[in-house]
Order: sequence, then structure tokens, then C-alpha cells
Amino acid sequence: MREITLWQKSQSLDTQFRSPKSVKCGIPPILLFHGDTMSFRDYDPGDFYDELFTAKGTPRTAAALLIERIESLSIDSLIRRQQAAQNTLFKLGVTFNVYGDNQGTERVFPFDVVPRIISGQDWQALEKGLKQRITALNCFLDDIYNDQKIVEDGIIPRETIESASGFLSPCMGIKPPKGVWCHITGTDLVRDRAGTWYVLEDNLRCPSGVSYVLENRTVMKSTFPTLFNELNIQAVDDYPGQLLETLLELAPEHVSDPEVVLLSPGAFNSAYFEHSFLAQQMGITLVEGRDLVVDDGYVKMRTTKGLQQVDVIYRRIDDDFIDPTVFRANSMLGVPGLMDVFRAGRVAIANAPGTGVADDKLIYAYVPQMIRYYLDEEQIIPNVPTYFCEDQKQQSHVLSNLDSLVVKATDASGGYGMLIGTQSSAEEQNLFAEKIKTNPRGYIAQPTLCLSRMPTLIDQSFQGRHIDLRPFILYGQSKSPYVNPGGLTRVALREGSLVVNSSQGGGSKDTWVMNN
Amino acid sequence: MLSRVADSIYWLNRYIERAENVARFVEVNLNLLMDNPVGVAQQWDPLIAVTGDRTLFNERYDQATADRVLDFLTFDTTSPNSIRSCVRAARENARSVRETISSEMWEQVNAFYLQVEDAAKEKDSRDSYAFYSEVKMASHRFAGVMDATLSWTESWHFGQLGRMLERADKTARILDVKYFLLLPTVQEVGTPLDNLQWIALLKSASAYEMYRKTEQMISPAGVAKFLILDGHFPRSIKFCLKWAEDSLSEISGFSGHDPISSQRALGRLRAQMEYTTLDEIFQQGLHEFLDNLQLQLNNVGQCVYTDFIALPETTNDTAMVMGSSMQS
Repeated sequence: MREITLWQKSQSLDTQFRSPKSVKCGIPPILLFHGDTMSFRDYDPGDFYDELFTAKGTPRTAAALLIERIESLSIDSLIRRQQAAQNTLFKLGVTFNVYGDNQGTERVFPFDVVPRIISGQDWQALEKGLKQRITALNCFLDDIYNDQKIVEDGIIPRETIESASGFLSPCMGIKPPKGVWCHITGTDLVRDRAGTWYVLEDNLRCPSGVSYVLENRTVMKSTFPTLFNELNIQAVDDYPGQLLETLLELAPEHVSDPEVVLLSPGAFNSAYFEHSFLAQQMGITLVEGRDLVVDDGYVKMRTTKGLQQVDVIYRRIDDDFIDPTVFRANSMLGVPGLMDVFRAGRVAIANAPGTGVADDKLIYAYVPQMIRYYLDEEQIIPNVPTYFCEDQKQQSHVLSNLDSLVVKATDASGGYGMLIGTQSSAEEQNLFAEKIKTNPRGYIAQPTLCLSRMPTLIDQSFQGRHIDLRPFILYGQSKSPYVNPGGLTRVALREGSLVVNSSQGGGSKDTWVMNN
Repeated sequence: MLSRVADSIYWLNRYIERAENVARFVEVNLNLLMDNPVGVAQQWDPLIAVTGDRTLFNERYDQATADRVLDFLTFDTTSPNSIRSCVRAARENARSVRETISSEMWEQVNAFYLQVEDAAKEKDSRDSYAFYSEVKMASHRFAGVMDATLSWTESWHFGQLGRMLERADKTARILDVKYFLLLPTVQEVGTPLDNLQWIALLKSASAYEMYRKTEQMISPAGVAKFLILDGHFPRSIKFCLKWAEDSLSEISGFSGHDPISSQRALGRLRAQMEYTTLDEIFQQGLHEFLDNLQLQLNNVGQCVYTDFIALPETTNDTAMVMGSSMQS
């Protein structure tokens, strides 16, 4: 008896298709109490800067109405809303992938229903500071890959720039469209015990998280519809439109109907949800490296009707994966020959390759000097004070204070490769001391900031948890930079933890910027 | 549209349709078991035969018992055509083209996936009747949501093409179940038991009621004619091929002469359904006819792949390929 097996999807083209691992699903059930309303009576802001309270029982002005409304809800109603919000995100498949976790590839980013509130005044200052910073950083990038005036004028040592892992010498002499290198950035901000804002990190390559800003808002609107009518909250939904405008502006002038694509590493990347979300919101094509070829001097994509020219690439893969013939030779994610086309001005790439140099934590420390040098202004949002381990005097200070400082690898991000002195063992401190001594260029140290806190719904009560903020900024040439109101508030859900990264037990909250 | 995306939408639809039809296979048998007179042995082997995974099944089990076959076809993640594997594959394909399909489609696939994964955890086969009918409904919901929310442009047509080719193949296989089902004795042909088997088969193709309206009396020839040659029943092979052909010509953008390879392969097959007679089918042998049909359907799938998905790397290559096909 002959059997005809079922025609199966070709494995050769679909190289990323693997049999899926078991995926965690379902939300752990929450037990419901009945009766009591949810009260902040017992909520203690403690010895921290609290975003919603000035003292126990005293909400900040901007948060007063929110607190009142939450307190009018019964416990089970609030918990039900939290659960419904979480369920919605799960059903929407708003998930991220965790590397090295073989339990399953997808998880929902935990979401907390208590929103963060930023007053209109605070926001105005932040917005100004963020615009200032991205403007200076763009000047810096264009300078160091071309004339290097900032080096020649002795502001930043040549050695510091050239030893940064993100510095890409193949980008020397490149003139990207309109002289803009970094179009999209997500700057990490924190507040200390006094409530002072600091810039903790710049993310100039491909910052992620903006999709959560948009989805969190959608969920909050359906969770607390009436609050949105009562409070004057700045809308965030404008982001995809603004981003598309920024990207379209980069197309070569003679192209009348430019083809803009989003280049993603593919469905197994941790930020894949965001890639597909943004492509969908902007109505542009999401491509992977294998969909693109360089042909006849142009970048083209493989369509069912043959090859089709691409004019602007919003890349969501790291600099050194972009073109295996120029950077990392073993990269399967990029497009061989892409850099030649970029150099010839026949395709625009946002952000331009090479922007990662300013993500280096040593370069970060020079941003105040950049602002002074290029803009002749003083920095509006300060940097966190930074010790250079390269400097002998500073290094010995760092080494003798490892138990109180935060040490960071200059080329790492995402909460990896760091030592939080106050929460570390002697053994870990010794390990970092060795690392610093062997590779002083590779490490910087900063004082441990006591991050601000916020009430967060944990085990059916409100508890203070540390947070940070990542606003998203778009930089084009035709108008002033656009800052999406608010940004992604990440919260460290573990008690006392200062690490807010999604891969390490972090969650998120909606961020409400009030119109005054 | 991107070749990779076209491929994923095509397979997303094939896998959803496949999951639905595996549920239909299982239902034929569950239906039969309920109607079987006491004393007639349960037959699970035919199900393995028609799904085309016998080799894999035999590697694991020596005998086809109810539990093993049900698990193999339903929840076994190492069996590539189990309902669960199909739904997982559908979801992975959907996930890689989320920006192209509508949010509603994605939500539907995701809900389908969660539903099957939950059922797999509980694994209470006592309630399996409800489960299989839920699988069918989830597939219908997906198809309905796609029709109602996705623009009927190239992506929709790739999806429709995948769904129709898969459905034609599966209707052929459902009809073939009867070939493998044994009657206790040769004398039982045409008896109530024989009729019960044909009725169960019609029911599993959701064809029983529509059949009664057209053919009325149950007969092997009538059932074969209805499921192969009926021009109006949406699961008949002829109907599926007609729709597949329409979508294919929308995709390729021309319907004139000098068709591409997939159009030739599919057109030939569709014409065969159009002009063949039931007598000719029975002369060849129903089982042989269905076997041949499945092989040709596989060939159509292969041609779609070469025509649209596995494209040449550069325009020079394209020109050469186009040039050579013009000459031939």
C-alpha cells in the first residue's frame, strides 16, 4: 500500500522555522478578597523619592485625583482590572523572548496598573534636556566620523574614541542623508533620593520599548476609561506617524514614492513583537536580512514579483551585524554589500551604522563637554558622576569603594556586566577588581543612586518599588526633535531591587504626562 | 509582497486547514465507533494510513490502539501533523508575518493555539468529542476573520490558495478512509453497516446534509461524486481547485496564454475534475484515483514554491530565467 506523505513547508527557505519549544501560557490566578476598598493608608513611601507621594498619606498634587479614584475601587475590582490588563496583553501576544531560557521562548512583560505621573512642568524641562542631548550627540557623531574637530581641539582624547567598541572605522568619511546619524533614541533617565533627574544611559543603536508605551496606554484606556476623561493626559499615539515621517525624510530626493522597510533579526529576537508592531502601525514592510540583496548597486528585496528597490532601512539589528563583508563576517542577519550602497547614498539607514560609539560608557561621560563644545550650552539633565578606571587616581578610589559604587562594563547594556556594590558579595567585588585592573578602559564606576520609587500592586497591596524612565526621541532635520510624551516606565518588581530590565525581573507601567 | 511573507501566509492557512481536517479524520472514527454494532472490532489503523504518517507511527508503536492513534493525531508534538503541531506551526508562521496579517487574524491564531495547549495539559480524552468540534470551529473562525478583515490582495490570495489546496488534499484523504475500513465480510457490502460507514464519512466532511439535498440516497458512487465532482459544495475537490485556480491567477496577474508552471499544473488538474466522469474514476479505481490526485496536488505545491518563493538572487538571473521560459 503506497502512502503519499503530506506536502510540508520547505525547510530550506524558512531556516528559522524550528519546532517550537513549549511556551509558557496562562496567567497565574490571583485570589480575590471581597469587601474592602483599596487604600494607600498603609502605603509608606519610606526614605525614598516617591513619584506619587510626598509623605505617608500625602499624594503629590498631580497624583491626587488618581489616588482618590484608585481608593474608591474595591480590592477585587482593582485586582480584576490588573488581571484583565495582563490578559489583554497576553492575548495580543505582547511578549518578549528570553535568551538562554529553555522553559519557553515567550513571556508577557509584567504590567502594573498604577500609572506613573509626571507633572507638565517636570516634563517641559525633561523634553528640553532630551532635545539638547540628542542634538549634541548628532553633532558629535558627524564630527568624529568626519573632521574630528572635538579631538583636535583636545576635548576628548583620540584614544578614548578609537578604543570604544562601538567606533566603526569603516564609517569614516560617510555623509549620511542630511548629516543626521541618530534618528531614533531611547534615553534612560532615573531620579535619585532628592528627586533630581539624571541621564543614566544613551541608547543610540536600536533602543526598544516604545511598543510597550503604546500598548500599555491602550490597555490603560480600557482599564480606567473614566480617568482619561477626568485627567488631562498627553496622548502618545502619535509616535508611529512621527517615526514614519522621520524615515520618509531620509529617502533620496529623486525618489517620489520611497520604499521604507524595517530590518529585523527575525521572529526569535527578543524585541520581535515590537518590530512587527511598528511595521504594522506604519504600514511598512518588515524584512529580514535574507529578504534583502544588493543588486546593481542598490538594495533590493525579494518579492513574489521579483526584486524591488528599497530606499530607507529602519534597522533593528546591531551595527556590527549589518554587513558581513564589512563587520562581523559570520553575521547571518545582515546584507552583504549593504555598506557600499549606504556609502554611495543609494540607501538610507536609520540609525546610521556607527552610532554605537556614543553608547560607550566612557564616551557617555563626555556628553556635558559635547553640549558645551557644539551647542555652547550647559547640560540641562545632568549625567550620573562617572569615575574613569583608566585614570590611576580614580581607579584606586573605585577599588577601595567597590562595596558602595556601581561598576559597569563600558560596552555592555541591558543590566548585564555590572556590579552593584551595595548588593554584592566580597567574592564578586574581588572578581570586578581583577577585571578593572586587567582592562581599565573596559570599566567605569558610578555612585549607587537610590532610584525613586512608586506604589506598585504586589500581592494585593501597594508596595514601593524602584523605577526608571525611557523616553523616545526622534531626530530629523526639517523640524525640532520630537519627544514622545512620557516614555516607558520600567519597575523592578523584586523588593529592593534596582534592576528594571525585562530580562531580569522587571515590569512596566503606563506613564502619564499631565497637561498643566 | 515579500516571498518569505507569501510563503508564511500560505503555510499559515495550510496548517490551520490541516488541523481542522485531522480533527475531521478523528471524528469519522469516533462517529463510527458510536454506531458500530456490538462485537465489531474498533478500527484505528485506517486513520494512520490516510494521514500518510504510517512510517513514523510504526517506529513508535506496534499496534494502532485508540489511545495511541488519538494522541498521535492530536497532542503528540513529535508527530508533525498532529493537531497540536499544526496549530503551533500555524502560529509560528503567523508570528513571523504579524505586520502583514490583521491583528484580528493574529488574535484568532493565538487563541486557537492557547486553546489547544490548554487542552493538551488536561488531556482528558473523555471529552474529546467537544474538543474536535472546537478545533473545527476555531479553524472556521480563522477563515472567517481572514475573509472579513484582510484586504483581498495578494496576501489574501496566497492564504486562500494554501487553504484550498490543503482542503482538496484532505477531502481526498477523508474519502480514502473508506478504502481502508474493513467490513467484517464481503457480504456486508451494501448493508446497513456499510451505509453507516459512508454516512460517518460524509458527516466528517460536514457534507451529510448537503449530500442529502443533492443525491438523497446513500451510495458509494453518490458519495464519491459529491465529494469529488460537486461544483457547489465548498469542500468538494472540484470546488477547492476552482477557487485555488482563481487565486493563483490573481497572484500571477495574468490569465492569458503562456501560463507559468504552477498555473499549468493546477489548470490541468482542475480541468480533469471538470471533465472526468464518475465511471472513469471507478474504472481507474477510486483509491488509485485519489492517490494520483494527492501526488498532483503535491506537485502544484512544489510549483508554487518555485514560481514565487524560491526566486533568483539577482536581476541578471531573473532575466535569464524569464528569457529561457519565453523560448520554451
